[in-house]
Amino acid sequence: MLIAPTGAGKTLAGFLPSLVDLAQTPKPKPGEAKRGIHTLYISPLKALAVDIKRNLEKPIEEMGLGIDVETRTGDTPVSRRQRQKLNPPQIMLTTPEQLALLIANKDAPRFFDNLQTVIFDELHSLVTSKRGHLLALGLARLRSFRPDLKTIGLSATVAEPDDLRRWLVGQPELGEIALSEFVHLQGGAKPNITILDSEERVPWSGHSARYAMGDVYRAIKAHGTTLLFVNTRSQSEILFQELWNINEDTLPIALHHGSLDVSQRRKVEEAMQRNELRAIVATSTLDLGIDWGDVDLVVHVGAPKGASRLAQRIGRANHRIDEPSRAILVPANRFEVMECQAALNANYLGAQDTPPLLSGSLDVLAQHILGTACAGPFHADGLFAEITSSAPYAELSREQFDQALDFVSTGGYALRAYEQYAKIKKTEDGTWRLTHPAIAQRYRMNCGTIVEAPMLDVRLTRKRGKNAAFQGGPILGKIEEGFVESLAVGDTFLFSGNTLRLEGIREAACYVSKAADTDPKVPAYAGGKFPLSTYLADLVRGMLANETERKDLPPQVREWIEIQKLKSILPKRDELLIETFPKGDRYYLVAYPFEGRMAHQTLGMLLTRRLERARAKPLGFVATDYAIAVWGLRDFSAMIDKREITLSGLFDEDMLGDDLEAWLDESFLLKRTFRNCATIAGLIERRFPGKEKTGRQMTVSSDLIYDVLRSHDPNHILLQATRADAAHGLLDVRRLGDMLSRTKTRIVHKGLEQISPLAVPIMLEIGRESVVGEAQEALLEEASSELMRIG
Amino acid sequence: MPLALEEAELPAMEMEFQGETLLIDPRGCLVWPKENLLVVSDLHLEKGSSHAARRGSFIPPYDTHATLEQLALCIADWQPKTIISLGDSFHDEDASLRLPQSCRLALRQLMEAREWIWVCGNHDPLPPENLGGTFCTEMMMGPLNFLHEPKPQFRYGEIAGHLHPAAKIRRRGKGVRRRCFASDGRRMIMPAFGAFTGGLNVKDQAYDGLFEISDLQTWFLGKDAVYQIAGDQLVA
Repeated sequence: MLIAPTGAGKTLAGFLPSLVDLAQTPKPKPGEAKRGIHTLYISPLKALAVDIKRNLEKPIEEMGLGIDVETRTGDTPVSRRQRQKLNPPQIMLTTPEQLALLIANKDAPRFFDNLQTVIFDELHSLVTSKRGHLLALGLARLRSFRPDLKTIGLSATVAEPDDLRRWLVGQPELGEIALSEFVHLQGGAKPNITILDSEERVPWSGHSARYAMGDVYRAIKAHGTTLLFVNTRSQSEILFQELWNINEDTLPIALHHGSLDVSQRRKVEEAMQRNELRAIVATSTLDLGIDWGDVDLVVHVGAPKGASRLAQRIGRANHRIDEPSRAILVPANRFEVMECQAALNANYLGAQDTPPLLSGSLDVLAQHILGTACAGPFHADGLFAEITSSAPYAELSREQFDQALDFVSTGGYALRAYEQYAKIKKTEDGTWRLTHPAIAQRYRMNCGTIVEAPMLDVRLTRKRGKNAAFQGGPILGKIEEGFVESLAVGDTFLFSGNTLRLEGIREAACYVSKAADTDPKVPAYAGGKFPLSTYLADLVRGMLANETERKDLPPQVREWIEIQKLKSILPKRDELLIETFPKGDRYYLVAYPFEGRMAHQTLGMLLTRRLERARAKPLGFVATDYAIAVWGLRDFSAMIDKREITLSGLFDEDMLGDDLEAWLDESFLLKRTFRNCATIAGLIERRFPGKEKTGRQMTVSSDLIYDVLRSHDPNHILLQATRADAAHGLLDVRRLGDMLSRTKTRIVHKGLEQISPLAVPIMLEIGRESVVGEAQEALLEEASSELMRIG
Repeated sequence: MPLALEEAELPAMEMEFQGETLLIDPRGCLVWPKENLLVVSDLHLEKGSSHAARRGSFIPPYDTHATLEQLALCIADWQPKTIISLGDSFHDEDASLRLPQSCRLALRQLMEAREWIWVCGNHDPLPPENLGGTFCTEMMMGPLNFLHEPKPQFRYGEIAGHLHPAAKIRRRGKGVRRRCFASDGRRMIMPAFGAFTGGLNVKDQAYDGLFEISDLQTWFLGKDAVYQIAGDQLVA
């Protein structure tokens, strides 16, 4: 395990043992069989694998080592993949998904029989997800082919290095822990980070940071090459267009995000390598390990949401260990100013807030069991031993394993009657085998763990409206299906720098035409993508509580907090502030837990249920990363005064019991989570040669299965997996629970006559989403008709 | 022959300017039916793709294409005899040379059988290469005077571009910002027609001295309609 700061050259260090070994091995004589893969390098990103290839080939060529290095990713043409199987390179650079495919092949043992080393790059980012679980199982498989396999993990600084050290090596019997060797390189130049000091007024809410465009543009002009990071694809589109709107000098500013067409992405990457770009707007597709050489400024637009993520992104500037990185944070609203300041303090302190590792998920386990069967017959005992040797599954019980095995062989108790779910069967010699060879083919189409956002091709059609053609047309890139589904035909959105109009969805593509609007219907910002980290949330609370921690904030933000102190209350660090006030013909209750949007979303669902029961007539709620606001028809302040509702009762931990269960029963969210688990576990298929299913088609069938399982088999392995996912993912129940127990006796309430300064940002969020498209037109019409009356 | 609004069934708004009836098209062009004239300003062709031609198409694709496509729609709808492009038609002096072949053809087709007048702008002080049309610094027609950059000294009947006017209103806590036409009855400033051209709020000091503030009116370009909103309703 090698942990080193960005720019220390850790990737090359990871390859050194392999290069030395390969250089000393005599070349095979003509006619002699090739020796197969010597070193496998696994990165979380396709772009990173491509980049490493570039960086590795240069020294290999200069030293005349004659070692062949090739990438194998989802973008690799099928013909080359086939050739690689017959004639593998000595060093192969690939992704976790490709590894899963390779080991599910009956030739896998032969393919890997010369494998000496596996290098895992950016391991910290791989291990925290289901991808990491699948990868850990793949590693266990490789280790059973090659017991002496050497594993090398490369990572940026993390809070718990021992978690990664454990992950890299085979785990012994339950209760014991094996750790890898550990090299930790400290130091690196302290980055030079500032928060944008704009003359403009920082807005109360919103995520576009439009106010700062002039400042950002000037910063780009003043530097050689600038990397601009944002949190979401839609933000990157907006930022890109805003910058081009003011790009009077026609600086070469490019856009890079995962949804763009791969050829477009490569062009940008190559232009960057050739140093032809002045700025590049990017999402997280670029924030890992890629060496962009001469970047001399990183601009982070929006709050970084976590201190570790910020450190990683800022590491992109300079990328040389002895020179400080230069970075500017551009908060989009006032809470983000506090968040940026907190992240800045944390970075200087060297704090880390990478999320804790979770134990291996059961849906991934089911997928792996089927994958193993695709490679050849297996014994259950042997596979169980292999699986529990991987760190995430070290604590897996035999009972759970058998349940997973049963699921793959029958679909599980409730689905036993359906033949299509019986994918493997036990044979007379005691081994498990595929029931039909075609299942291996289907497995390959469904392998992998990333189903959170099914992607649709974006195809351009020339005609609009009823005459739109739904076939052919150039593909502009891919887009999250969930996003497209939230649009209606005729809505406009930004994509790869164009405003597009949705014409319709057919199969796995959405058809669009070019729209003339300069004001597209932009998706509501999904701040939930990266929830505010627990660590950063705590620092923000500290900033509110403690005047000295606010000293570095810009005056306009400091003043805002001071006014809050006068008009209402500034909660102490461990207190939960709740304000109630009337506005218009409604009454509002605003709480400030700072636990991230997902946890707040869940809290909102549960709170409204409870208020409903207390006859407080709640109408709706809105959640942000920082606060939650509930509104209703009855005077919350008066109800609290008359003790018709008590806040300690309202925010009691017991809401996570029956109320949560009751809500989950009705909620759509759990069904969607189930859909993901069912897809990963192979219960439902996402792709089939020739007829790709869209996410919507999957939803229909998975909803039916979900209902069947809930009533007939509540302990089904996929329901277990779904509940586990919900607890920390979509619903963030774990974090909500921590918050409720922390603030149990520390709720402070302030009844107010009017809105408080702290409540302004969330109040502006209310109805924000309605003021797009037609709603904007309505406001304009209203304004012009007033004029007519006056006239 | 003057154009009839009823026949065209386009959501353009009629307005009086210096005694002439003009039509504001929500797509950002101005029509003078009496003269069968269509005016667009600040096309900024090849703004985005200028670098693309030299360095690979990683910069916003299609901006010229998008602008011309929109212009073609306007021309098809209004069938004008004369077209004035009110300066900054091309983003820089070489831009007309870099026009992709498809765009050049599209532009030629639009220019065919019409009188086409290029008014020079600060971005394109010289005539475009190999495109034809008439090139001038100002164009006077009746009471109206078309030029790119509004002149600070007071001039009646001036129609200019250059500033890319936009305006914003605030209603019930929500702001809406759009490109707009702005006029005080004496001078009119047109919005930029090109894709990838930003807007400058009419409250900006760059407009100081150009309008009689008490008489300022704006015409917001809505989705399918134009909204007239008085200057005192606007916010920065």
